[in-house]
Amino acid sequence: MNALPDRASVVVIGAGIVGNSVAYHLARLGWRDIVQLDKGPLPNPGGSTGHASNFIFLVDHSKEMTEITLDSVRQYKELGVFTESGGIEVARTPERMEELKRRMASAKSWGIEPAELLTPSEVKELVPFIDETVILGGFSCPGIGVVDSLRAGTLMREEAERLGAITINAKTEVLGIDVEDGRVRGVRTDAGDIRTDVIAVCCGVWSPRIGRMAGATIPLTPAVHQMIDVGPVPLFEKTVGEIEYPIVRDVDTNMYERQHGSEFEIGSYAHRPILIEPDGIPSIEQAAQSPTELPFTKDDFDPQMEAALELFPDIVGDERVGVKYAVNGLISLTPDGMPIVGETPEVRGLWSVAAIWVKEGPGFGRTVAEWMTDGCPEIDPHASDAARFYDHQRTKRHILARSAEGYNKTYGIVHPMEQWESNRDVRLSPFNGRERDLGAVFYETAGWERPFWYGSNEGLLDEYGDRVMPREAEWEARWWSPIINAEHLAMRDRVAMVDLSAFAILDIAGPAALDFTQRMAVKQMDVPVGRVVYTPLLNPAGGVKADLTIMRLSDERFRVVTGGFSGMADRKWFVSHLPEDGSAQLDDQTSAWCTLGLWGPKARDVLGAATGDDVSNEGFPFATCRWIEVDTLNVLASRISYVGELGWELYVPMEQGGRLWDVLWEAGRPHGVVPVGIGVYATTARLEKCYRAHGNELELEFDLVEAGMAGPAVKDEDFIGRDAYLKQRAEEPAAVLCTLTVDDPTSASGVKQRYMLGREPILTRNGEPLVDAKGRRSYVTSAGSGPSVGKHILMAYLPPDRAKAGEELAVEYFGERYPVTVAAVGSTPLFDPSNERLKR
Amino acid sequence: MDVLVCVKRVPVTGGRISLTDDEQDIDTRYLGFTVSPHEECAVEEAVRLVEAHGGSSTVLTLGPAVAEEQLRDAMSMGANRAVLIEAEGPGWDGGATAAAIARAIGDAGVEYDLLLFGNESADAGGYQVGIRVAHLLDLPCVTGVKHLEIRDGKAVARREGPGGFEIYEVPLPAVITVKEGINLPRYPSIPGRLRAKKAPVERLHLDAPQPGLEKIRLRLPQGRDKQVEILGDGAAGVERAVEVLRQIGVMPP
Repeated sequence: MNALPDRASVVVIGAGIVGNSVAYHLARLGWRDIVQLDKGPLPNPGGSTGHASNFIFLVDHSKEMTEITLDSVRQYKELGVFTESGGIEVARTPERMEELKRRMASAKSWGIEPAELLTPSEVKELVPFIDETVILGGFSCPGIGVVDSLRAGTLMREEAERLGAITINAKTEVLGIDVEDGRVRGVRTDAGDIRTDVIAVCCGVWSPRIGRMAGATIPLTPAVHQMIDVGPVPLFEKTVGEIEYPIVRDVDTNMYERQHGSEFEIGSYAHRPILIEPDGIPSIEQAAQSPTELPFTKDDFDPQMEAALELFPDIVGDERVGVKYAVNGLISLTPDGMPIVGETPEVRGLWSVAAIWVKEGPGFGRTVAEWMTDGCPEIDPHASDAARFYDHQRTKRHILARSAEGYNKTYGIVHPMEQWESNRDVRLSPFNGRERDLGAVFYETAGWERPFWYGSNEGLLDEYGDRVMPREAEWEARWWSPIINAEHLAMRDRVAMVDLSAFAILDIAGPAALDFTQRMAVKQMDVPVGRVVYTPLLNPAGGVKADLTIMRLSDERFRVVTGGFSGMADRKWFVSHLPEDGSAQLDDQTSAWCTLGLWGPKARDVLGAATGDDVSNEGFPFATCRWIEVDTLNVLASRISYVGELGWELYVPMEQGGRLWDVLWEAGRPHGVVPVGIGVYATTARLEKCYRAHGNELELEFDLVEAGMAGPAVKDEDFIGRDAYLKQRAEEPAAVLCTLTVDDPTSASGVKQRYMLGREPILTRNGEPLVDAKGRRSYVTSAGSGPSVGKHILMAYLPPDRAKAGEELAVEYFGERYPVTVAAVGSTPLFDPSNERLKR
Repeated sequence: MDVLVCVKRVPVTGGRISLTDDEQDIDTRYLGFTVSPHEECAVEEAVRLVEAHGGSSTVLTLGPAVAEEQLRDAMSMGANRAVLIEAEGPGWDGGATAAAIARAIGDAGVEYDLLLFGNESADAGGYQVGIRVAHLLDLPCVTGVKHLEIRDGKAVARREGPGGFEIYEVPLPAVITVKEGINLPRYPSIPGRLRAKKAPVERLHLDAPQPGLEKIRLRLPQGRDKQVEILGDGAAGVERAVEVLRQIGVMPP
């Protein structure tokens, strides 16, 4: 056992697959004096890695998760611990067969080959012990395999040791974390104290407990995943090595089955969610097996046994084959199903690397190590960012409710727009009552209830007829209404009121506010008071970290307005760069202000009727903001638009929102004002204007040149990512963001029109994938109706030789190819290309 | 032949045992439940005897309602019937338990040819119940049995004695308490489990008896911590490993 060093550059807590990966990559990136701790023994300290099934399926609809998984597979292969077995997801229902087609599309979008759909008899050829009469088909990826995650961990620790970078102390329990001025200062253990400024919490199901020692929330809950091992299986008598047959995911029953030597493992995500308190996990000494292998609760598993018996009667129905091992294994669940990765927003230097499975461990290990080293992870982990949670999302009830709800979706067919059912109505704008009265259908963003469309607008359907692009196919009609497109057309014809209260509003103030804002933003921030600047924020590598608007409210006050989804991560990004001396401060005003968008050709008439202030084009030009009096309210009006129409974002204190709504409603009546939902704001109007959205078009992996957002000049002042940005501007882009339209949405297999929803692969008309010079596939970053242009619109990054207006391409959707054409290259909008409507 | 096997629900141990705050019970917060290895062998023996000689096997337990789990476990190994004597609360010492079981056997109206018990329970280790049931029912009893045969209506039971074996031949019906090693119990199959899940469990209810023995408190013995010593990695560790194997006498010197 090593003596415990009294200081370290970083302390990695945990020696499961995650801790080992983080330590290994930090060592490879040049970190020295790393200390790794685990309270358990090595090589299996007793966490979830020790009981993991260790298989890796490759395709996820999430690009981030797929990229991380593929990176992990590369690393496992490099370490020599990967055994390729292939894997098949089988369908028992027609709905699942459709889902498998969708997975096939994701495989193409993320570049996973080979991958194919199989008939039941083709599945049977690969898995001779399956009862193929139970299934309708399968989705097969031969690249799927199993890993030895414990061995991988050992090899990683050994490499870190060989580099002389690390001291590893097993059987050392963390008792406390010292924090001063919001910064990590040290770790207290039962073997002594270590001074350090950086801690990586890689503690799996124990992470919340360790985070709490420092005053940080890591919002995950331990949950049970049941699995059993049966054997010996006479059919596997002659198999060699760990695995010869493909792993089968019986997704319709939320189960998987795999050969494991002479045994057969059956695992399930089907049973009731069994959530465990982080403090309800036994200690190593108390545990009969390991602390994360709890006593098997048989009753929960019985239905799964029946399902396994149906699919694999030759094995599971064999009386000679016995249940040899059965466990309630603990895994980590989070309220939105994504990992929790990155520096915690509460404590500087405290990094969470949690809720990560074996298939993602090495990928996130590398990503986090890069992030810790220079702030520039190669793979964009924004959907896993530990900073993404709002306060209410860190409460125990929320974590438990959403984790339980998400658990049975593990293998579910989850619609991209599917809404959560639990813990709704948490954040309500002051317009909420009025919206309810208007029959709003609410979708949730970061806890906010936002109208997606309004039942009261149903009458518009008659007005616009087929221009609303009705959807016949159930999938894309789900979580959608033609009213969205009707609202869109009414907004373009008349005027709309849009509830935008989900915005995160961050005020930056102080003598250094300008310098600070200047350093964060790509665009020139030294603008006159009253200007509104739309700007991207970059990371040092020139990846797009955020895009948002900044109003200059006074010499020393800037108001940042950003989307609800990314609000907390953006806040963290600003806060972590604030000057140490306090000369600029950030004040989160999100809960103080509500926002109402007023847009449409009649917007000036409506606002003009409600205010005596000058709202003419000359008196109140585009991209400016100012205080105006509306009725008895002082309103901060900002003349910008994300929908491509004349109009304003109107900000008032929360408690005055209702009044603002009523005043505009009355003023709007003569002009035919309609309430318009987020379906228009975030999708249809945005796509017609080719506006980019963070998380769709904008992420670290694409740059501003590729996104068509590089302005004519770069400001002289320094800002984060400037050097990288200049370099990007000097080079030819590897891809160009284009807007495409679907030429003919008619399905070949029927009369139905089909409308893509996003993330589908863009192919040549012959079905060949498009790959750019950086190896990235072309896929649909955003998709939606364009009612005013009469086309279904797709956005996609294309290799430069394909990025030509009129280029004929195809998109794959549910196994069929649909012809598409490049309609616009770069940021030129499809609708109102010269932006006349905005600026009149 | 009709065989009765009696089992007792006990916590699965393996980790450090801890006690409840009142020191009356083992703290089972983190523990699953099972039966003692002896009893598992008794169930296996009953199933094998019935497979060989026909008849039926019945598994019986006295314990809380949740002890149904252990009955179903036994049925998933092949036991045909199950009887649960529901009995909560303290006071169920060996004497009271045996009396209740003997009464249940008498009331059941089944003429069992053979009553199998584990030699002792995994938790209390009282060595009482089998012998007491035999006494109450006036049946012959052989304890600590590691080999059992049924021949010509008699049980031939072998137990290990000092320096050799003792072999008894007893007329049926008889009580035999068996020890781990008499057989290698099977793992339950999935069809077995699914059958067992649906099988009926006969239930009897008994009030808590007057305790004959009073439990004052439990105390944990001074334990020895498990010690792990890494002998070396890969081939480099072989020499030391061989040395240790010789020391503990599993390899010739």
